[in-house]
Amino acid sequence: MEFAPTDEQEMVVDTVRAFVERELVPYEDEVERLGDVSRELVEQIRERSLAAGIYAANMPADLGGGGLDNVTMAMVDRAFGWTQYALHYIVARPSNILRACTGDQVDEYLLPTIRGERVDCLAMSEPGAGSDVRGMTCRATRDGDDYVINGTKHFISHADLADYTILFVATGEEQTSRGPKKLITSLLVDHDTPGLEVVPGYNCVSNRGYHNMILNFDDCRVPASKVLGEEHRGFEVANEWLGATRLQVAAICLGRADRAFRVALEWAADREQFGQKIGRFQGVSFKLADMQTKLVEAELMTYRAAWLMDEGRMTDGDAAMAKISSTEMLQFVADEAIQVLGGMGLMDELPLERIWRDARVDRIWDGTSEIQRHIVSRQLLRPLGS
Amino acid sequence: MNVVVCVKQIPDPADPGQMDPETRTLKRDVKLILDESDSYGVEMGLQLVDAAGEGEVVLVSMVPNNEVSGLRTALAMGAGSAVLVSDEALAGSDALSTAKVLAAAIRRCEADLIITATESSDGYTGTVPVQIAELLDLPSATFAKSIEIDGDVAKVQRQTEDGYDEIECSLPCVVSVTAGVVEPRYPSFKGIMAAKNKPVDELDLAALGIDPATVGWAGARQEIVDIAEAPAGEAGEIIHDEGDAHERILAFLDDLKIL
Ligand SMILES: Cc1cc2nc3c(=O)[nH]c(=O)nc-3n(C[C@H](O)[C@H](O)[C@H](O)COP(=O)(O)OP(=O)(O)OC[C@H]3O[C@@H](n4cnc5c(N)ncnc54)[C@H](O)[C@@H]3O)c2cc1C
Ligand SMILES: Cc1cc2nc3c(=O)[nH]c(=O)nc-3n(C[C@H](O)[C@H](O)[C@H](O)COP(=O)(O)OP(=O)(O)OC[C@H]3O[C@@H](n4cnc5c(N)ncnc54)[C@H](O)[C@@H]3O)c2cc1C
Repeated sequence: MEFAPTDEQEMVVDTVRAFVERELVPYEDEVERLGDVSRELVEQIRERSLAAGIYAANMPADLGGGGLDNVTMAMVDRAFGWTQYALHYIVARPSNILRACTGDQVDEYLLPTIRGERVDCLAMSEPGAGSDVRGMTCRATRDGDDYVINGTKHFISHADLADYTILFVATGEEQTSRGPKKLITSLLVDHDTPGLEVVPGYNCVSNRGYHNMILNFDDCRVPASKVLGEEHRGFEVANEWLGATRLQVAAICLGRADRAFRVALEWAADREQFGQKIGRFQGVSFKLADMQTKLVEAELMTYRAAWLMDEGRMTDGDAAMAKISSTEMLQFVADEAIQVLGGMGLMDELPLERIWRDARVDRIWDGTSEIQRHIVSRQLLRPLGS
Repeated sequence: MNVVVCVKQIPDPADPGQMDPETRTLKRDVKLILDESDSYGVEMGLQLVDAAGEGEVVLVSMVPNNEVSGLRTALAMGAGSAVLVSDEALAGSDALSTAKVLAAAIRRCEADLIITATESSDGYTGTVPVQIAELLDLPSATFAKSIEIDGDVAKVQRQTEDGYDEIECSLPCVVSVTAGVVEPRYPSFKGIMAAKNKPVDELDLAALGIDPATVGWAGARQEIVDIAEAPAGEAGEIIHDEGDAHERILAFLDDLKIL
């Protein structure tokens, strides 16, 4: 068992840290204040990250990506997690699911997305179908060589900046021993397709400047060549490629927690009350000990899952446990860090109140903590016939 | 176009470790990094090779214990290969010994141009570049803010207090590059992965044909007689604005003859 990063991994992390410090951190306050990232800044970050060779790090090197394995990717995401989502997501990581592109899709979607010329987003959730994704009502019906899509998707992250959506829609129903089951297909839909309208979603307390959008489909017609994977087998493609997104969430949370923790640690070592440094009070110092313990715990869980993924042995439960551990750790660390600072912890002079707000979404998106626990427990109980 | 860039690997200035009271030098048994001053030379070398459309950047470094971690950074930025010199007899090398070793290593490289920084961040004598040029019997230009190659001539803009001089040097020559004049690129992920497999030629004094008695403690012409803590900076003067702050600041600067 090897816990030390390799020299290459250290250098990769140094590169990302330097990029984050120089190209992203200086814009944090502006983004918080405006609740938006200007188009110019988006372009600047995209161009510089492309030039720096850190864009699309998850994609294979022979396709023009960074060619990093999952453990190194987790380290990269941890380093990005130091700053805020609205900024670091621009150094994009095309959805892994694009690797399922075949034929013309490769030149039309996969490669230009790796080159930063196109931007993807992914749409599963609907007003009536969140955790229960299979309950989706957005549907595509076959009409000759086309599909005609009708319905609504919501909470779709950065669809405002994307120029196409990896869409999941119901394309039929099959009868199973447990009743009827919807068949789901994945389609690549360009945002300029007639019949698709992308409109602003809701204001979210977490991740200011990172917008979620609503996608309305009204007789939106796309050719059958836009099916990603096979018809009716959308969830199979999703299951094959989307496991890493939960690790991404877990790894980003590590970086956020690290930043919050360091603020609290310095404060505890500096701030004096009752004639001594507050870190001397056990009530404060034990908080630091607990924060650090949980941080390392979550780190081990995340890197372990990433390592298993590299070995081709990660189960859904491994990814789920990493996500639970890291997202809940971040909530704890952000909250305790604020407590260590007292009133100052809530002021926007320091990044803590933001990290605290931002942390909230991580227990919800990419599968809520309850759904992750459901996954872990089913994996435990199913073999016992329960 | 083959550009040799001399790169020094130094203890991380953010975590510099300690001075050895016996030798009065910096302890170098910690992890070493690429001297930031040299990252500008590496960037400039890479740009010149790009502009020439052929050739490569070759790094030359002298360091204790065959340390490569700083070299890897420069290789990941895009340098093609490296020559690394280490030898126990080099302990205690002064600037001239260092220049002798670097010159001997550079001789093996068929360089069209040799780039160094104007001074290292730790030793800071700023004497190595011209000594290398002297030992190799090459022309040298110092404090370059830009280098352009035109045939077999290097056109150099040399920073001065008032602006810059434009000078020309026949190739090959040694040019020292001022910090901050280009923006060193980030090592890309692909560059980092590729760096591991780039050739690093590890040499000792015997391989360079240098007599150990002429370098290191044995050959040192420079002696460090004393080291002392840098005096702490004095507290500045705080001017509270009562409507006339700008005048008082102007008067203050005037006193210092800055205006
Ligand atoms: C900011 C933001 C961005 C998002 N971006 C995207 C995106 O880009 N693409 C996309 O497709 N989706 C996106 N989502 C949607 C996200 O994945 C869903 O919000 C999430 O899956 C939960 O669905 P829901 O919000 O409808 O909650 P619900 O499913 O309605 O859940 C409500 C509550 O019930 C609990 N619950 C539900 N089922 C169970 C169960 N079986 N056992 C125990 N508890 C249960 C949940 O845990 C939760 O506490 C985004 C969401 C947010 C907030
Ligand atoms: C007492 C003493 C003990 C020393 N012990 C050792 C030792 O044990 N092992 C050892 O390797 N060195 C040793 N040195 C050498 C020392 O670290 C410097 O390399 C040398 O003195 C050059 O001085 P400087 O840093 O002031 O160079 P400067 O003239 O300020 O450097 C200018 C530029 O020259 C180039 N350059 C300088 N040094 C090197 C180098 N080493 N490799 C590549 N490029 C370089 C860089 O581009 C640098 O920016 C010792 C020096 C002294 C004085």
